[in-house]
Amino acid sequence: MIHDFAVVWGERDLMLSGLANTVVLSVLAGLCALLLGALLSTVLMQKQRAVALGARVFVDVARCTPFLLFAYLIYYGLPSLGVRFDNWGAGLVALIVYHTAYMAEILRAAWVAQPREPIEAGLAFGYSGLRMFRRIVLPPLVLASAPVVGNQVIQIVKDSAFLTIIALPELTHAASSVQSRHYVPFAAFLTAVLLYWGICLVIESGVSAVGRMAEARR
Amino acid sequence: MSSADVLAIFGGALTTLLLSAAGIAAGLPIGLGMALVRWGRVPVAARGVAIYVSLLRATPLVTLVLLLFFALPNAGIPVGPISAGVLALTLNTAAFNCEIWRAALMDFPKEQIEAAQSVGMRRGLRFRRIVLPQIARVSLPGLINEMSLLIKVTPVLAVVGVVDITRAAVRIGAETYEPLPPFFVALAIYLAIVFALVSVQRWVERRQLQRAAAA
Repeated sequence: MIHDFAVVWGERDLMLSGLANTVVLSVLAGLCALLLGALLSTVLMQKQRAVALGARVFVDVARCTPFLLFAYLIYYGLPSLGVRFDNWGAGLVALIVYHTAYMAEILRAAWVAQPREPIEAGLAFGYSGLRMFRRIVLPPLVLASAPVVGNQVIQIVKDSAFLTIIALPELTHAASSVQSRHYVPFAAFLTAVLLYWGICLVIESGVSAVGRMAEARR
Repeated sequence: MSSADVLAIFGGALTTLLLSAAGIAAGLPIGLGMALVRWGRVPVAARGVAIYVSLLRATPLVTLVLLLFFALPNAGIPVGPISAGVLALTLNTAAFNCEIWRAALMDFPKEQIEAAQSVGMRRGLRFRRIVLPQIARVSLPGLINEMSLLIKVTPVLAVVGVVDITRAAVRIGAETYEPLPPFFVALAIYLAIVFALVSVQRWVERRQLQRAAAA
């Protein structure tokens, strides 16, 4: 058993590059999904029915779709429409577009629960449009929804493991290569699981730091 | 895409539903058991459950299913793709169910337990007659929500070769060189399943609200 872990340690460069790719994918996808989700949540809150309805349909369909099917749609399905990605592009686009829907819904739910007064005060001070959203609406929204957004980022990390299917060299893919090269399945995948756990513990401590910041602001 | 292909995807849907049902049936009581271990502050075991839940919450199901599929036969336990898949689904959903049950147990009013004690109910009877019916009602919406989350991770079965909805669709796409139609059929089936679960969840929540208003 110890010998198996020594084999994995011998392949540490491969495992670490997998870990780095998972982190890069998750951070990029998390940031882009949060940004696009914030924009999409403003569309969901539109008063014109037709615009909001389109966004609503996208969000609801994405929330009923398994991520793997969505990734397949982008990687195998889109080329028949003439849109072609390599595996990095497809993986990243799948993660971003899919999780944008979830982020938008999270932010919308938090937005509906926000008190009206600061927005009315903002109006009275002449804020409107994007400036209003950025300076008045968004900051309390982000603080209030931080725990749920954190959960969603953990979900992004976990969904990125599905991308091993389209041969993206992330952490699970690295563990698979180590196991197929040396036949040490338990040690290789357990190492990957523990590394994922580490990533999630970092995210959770980040969320609780934001929580403390929100407490201090109150 | 022929009608036989559509039927093949529906066959995959049957597999998806059966294996999810197996995972749910096993995961519900295991989750309840683990929640009780934490609620009762059983020494060592409670700590173990806490670590288990934290670890499983962070583990991608793909990695878990690959771990089980390749490592268990290595340890002398023969598993096929289906048993490895169901085991992974169960381990995963049990961890999330544990948190839902535990939240209901933490909110359970202490006075009721004291009242049951004062009329001489033993621990087992107290749990069966007083605690369980009430926490089951409180947890139900959360548990149904977890079921729809479980449906959304079942394509992980396709990774180890079980022909579920996703794998059936991919296979047909590869045979006909037209991947989009089977993907859309698969998408429609997932939409129907998850939508049905969400509707049940909303119906349960509404009924509970009405009951609370009537009481």
